[in-house]
Amino acid sequence: MQTIADELARHPFFSTLDPRDVELIAGCGTNAQFGRDEYLFREGEQADRFYVIRHGKVALETAAPQAGMLTIETIEQGEVLGWSWLFPPYRWHFSARVLEPVRAISLDGACLREKAGRDHDFGYAIMSRFAAIIVERLQATRLQLLDVYALPARGGKRVSR
Amino acid sequence: MSSVMDRASDPDPMLPRRYRVQRRRRELADTFTLELDPLDDPAVPTFAPGQFNMLYVFGVGEIPISISGDPTRRTPLVHTIRDVGIVSHAMQALGPGEVLGVRGPFGSRWPVERAYDKDLVVVAGGIGLAPLRPVIYAALAQRARFGRIAVLYGARSPSDILFRGELQRWRTHGGLDVVVTVDRATGSWRGSVGVVTRLIPRVPFDPANTIALVCGPEIMMRFTASELSKRGVPGESIFMSMERNMKCAVAQCGHCQYGPYFVCKDGPVFPYSALQGLLTIWEV
Amino acid sequence: MPTNQEDAAVASDGIGTRHVVARADFPRLLEALRTRGFRVIGPVVRDQAIVYDELSSVTDLPIGWTDEQAPGRYRLAKRADEALFGYAVGPHSWKRYLHPPLVRLWRGVKEDKGFRIEPEPHEALRYAFLGVRACELHAIAIQDRVFLGGPFTDPGYGQRRAQACIVAINCGQAGGTCFCASMGTGPHVDQGFDLSLTEVLDAGRHYFLFEVGTALGAEILADVPHTEARDEELLAADHVVAETAAHMGRTLDTANLHDLLMTNLEHPRWDEVATRCLSCGNCTMVCPTCFCTTVEDVTDLAGEQAERVRRWDSCFTSDFSFIHGGSVRGSTKARYRQWMTHKLATWYDQFGTSGCVGCGRCITWCPVGIDITEETRAIRESAAAPAQSSKEA
Repeated sequence: MQTIADELARHPFFSTLDPRDVELIAGCGTNAQFGRDEYLFREGEQADRFYVIRHGKVALETAAPQAGMLTIETIEQGEVLGWSWLFPPYRWHFSARVLEPVRAISLDGACLREKAGRDHDFGYAIMSRFAAIIVERLQATRLQLLDVYALPARGGKRVSR
Repeated sequence: MSSVMDRASDPDPMLPRRYRVQRRRRELADTFTLELDPLDDPAVPTFAPGQFNMLYVFGVGEIPISISGDPTRRTPLVHTIRDVGIVSHAMQALGPGEVLGVRGPFGSRWPVERAYDKDLVVVAGGIGLAPLRPVIYAALAQRARFGRIAVLYGARSPSDILFRGELQRWRTHGGLDVVVTVDRATGSWRGSVGVVTRLIPRVPFDPANTIALVCGPEIMMRFTASELSKRGVPGESIFMSMERNMKCAVAQCGHCQYGPYFVCKDGPVFPYSALQGLLTIWEV
Repeated sequence: MPTNQEDAAVASDGIGTRHVVARADFPRLLEALRTRGFRVIGPVVRDQAIVYDELSSVTDLPIGWTDEQAPGRYRLAKRADEALFGYAVGPHSWKRYLHPPLVRLWRGVKEDKGFRIEPEPHEALRYAFLGVRACELHAIAIQDRVFLGGPFTDPGYGQRRAQACIVAINCGQAGGTCFCASMGTGPHVDQGFDLSLTEVLDAGRHYFLFEVGTALGAEILADVPHTEARDEELLAADHVVAETAAHMGRTLDTANLHDLLMTNLEHPRWDEVATRCLSCGNCTMVCPTCFCTTVEDVTDLAGEQAERVRRWDSCFTSDFSFIHGGSVRGSTKARYRQWMTHKLATWYDQFGTSGCVGCGRCITWCPVGIDITEETRAIRESAAAPAQSSKEA
């Protein structure tokens, strides 16, 4: 029977951590499961945890008037979901809805913040990994923003249609 | 050298051959496929995946379009075209029975055989799936010669997914790992949302033993090649299809030059390693 | 390189032999060319410049004229003597005839269901070029490689080229902007001609030293009164060429030039030259090796007839690199860089030689006097060594 620490140690996000730190994190973690179209969290709610997705697919979405629900991106197997627990006001910016049934490790943000406060080395280890995830996600989002598949805005010399 | 002068009697590469539209299919709101049969010479040249023809609409003009059909079938000649300008707009109004001019095939090819006994990763963005479809057909026809085959496709939104039915069939019946993502979607889309580079870690392949073929907008190809590179695929094993202004397609008008290369002759398919010095120089 | 495939019977004067023709007999050369069906093209004075046009007699040549060339400056002046070829090159080059500015490729005619294509018949014109300089011979050879040396050929070019007769001339003086010696393309004419001449005005005598290049050249010379060249005449002719070589207008250091330019694509000099360059494209029009063309499809108003024409184009135009959405090279800086790096660097990658023959036309005919030798020097002197890239990764 795999412990949470074992599960975490296999995950690329945690695999380079000191085993002691992995144990510390595992102490804040529980297994979680969600069914189709269930919400892991909703926009505006208290953000006090994050998820390591082991199986399944989650849509990060927000509602826009007239447009309905817009999906910003999907978080899938092997990825980490949620960083609003890192900084005040600790509120989710988006909702997370299950597209394909999810098995995840849910990690208690307040628990981790408290441990990080007491052990700064541990805090640094977590923060630097989260920073890497945020950077990678930001780069990807920037590419999404570029809207590369759209036709360039008219205004060049070519007159079409 | 007299050998240079001996070429004076070669056939004229600027003369189009005529083809008749056999069938026209609407793929997306702004994209359509034409299937063409030869009108003049029944002997249709073979083409290699990655090559393109210059297609001419009477009195309107001529544009380069990649061949998007099965390379083992000479006819019909298949082209998938996006309506982006005067000529492509005129083309989308052509119906069965109407005549086009065709010159070609031109250009370099996707090196499909380099992936024999290796993993093959095909990454396409938007209309870029069209020039790669001949590769997928060729791979399906000889599936056993390859290791894992992955097709990663990014489109703007679910309504912009090209060859949607085929993608599904390749996944379910073809033995290929097919993953599709879109840049934006509403809640009714249950597939992936995010840039195509995020799909790369989600499919299994051995980076040291992989050939990657990438086609789409230049920005997308650049970031995809960079991501593949980061994961250990050597620059010589990543290939991209470049696009530049083409007029003659035979390396004599000078328009398609990109650094030292004529995209019509040395490309459009290039190994990433040959382009790395140029891709990041603005306006080269 | 023989310019003509003819296997005509060789005249008694063999290839490589040198002979003297007196000035008084020079008109016989033109007659010999015209009786063989050649249209003789050579230098004439027109619009205050020396350009290439059809010659009907020797008096059409710029007798007694010379040119004064400098960056952005071209003036004609009278000579003290009556030399026929006492000047350097003008704004025209032989590409006007071998690679014409406007060519119809084919016609299309609308039919009941579709259209038919009518190829353009190739011209039967046979040109004799009189007064081809060494730099120009190299330029022609360079364009031969572009149009006949690749996987596809230009059959029109091939035909015009095969039918052309070349009467070359060794330059009697270097122009103010010439640098053929630096490029290894002159001033001595050593190959690629049917006949070559050196004009000598010496101690009251005015004569031409002819060298036979091909069987056709020998055949033509046979109709012109000539004597076997004596030692002092050979010496006088060689002296003319040596003097020209020693008085070049400028130099271009070609050492490691390809790598120098290709590792300095972000050099600030490109921004500097862009503040002066007007992207007018004059340089590309006058350059004897620039070959860029565009292809246009046009119809008549009724839409019944179409034609495809090919005309000269220039990489300096804003549309040259246009693909849907915009031009890849939108700025003048990018276009000037493209032209110069193509000419001096990437031409090697493409065709195995430099694209520049040192004729100096681009310098003379640039309205603001941009000098390709000076631009090269500026980059060379301030760049890092070619082994290191000067740009940040």
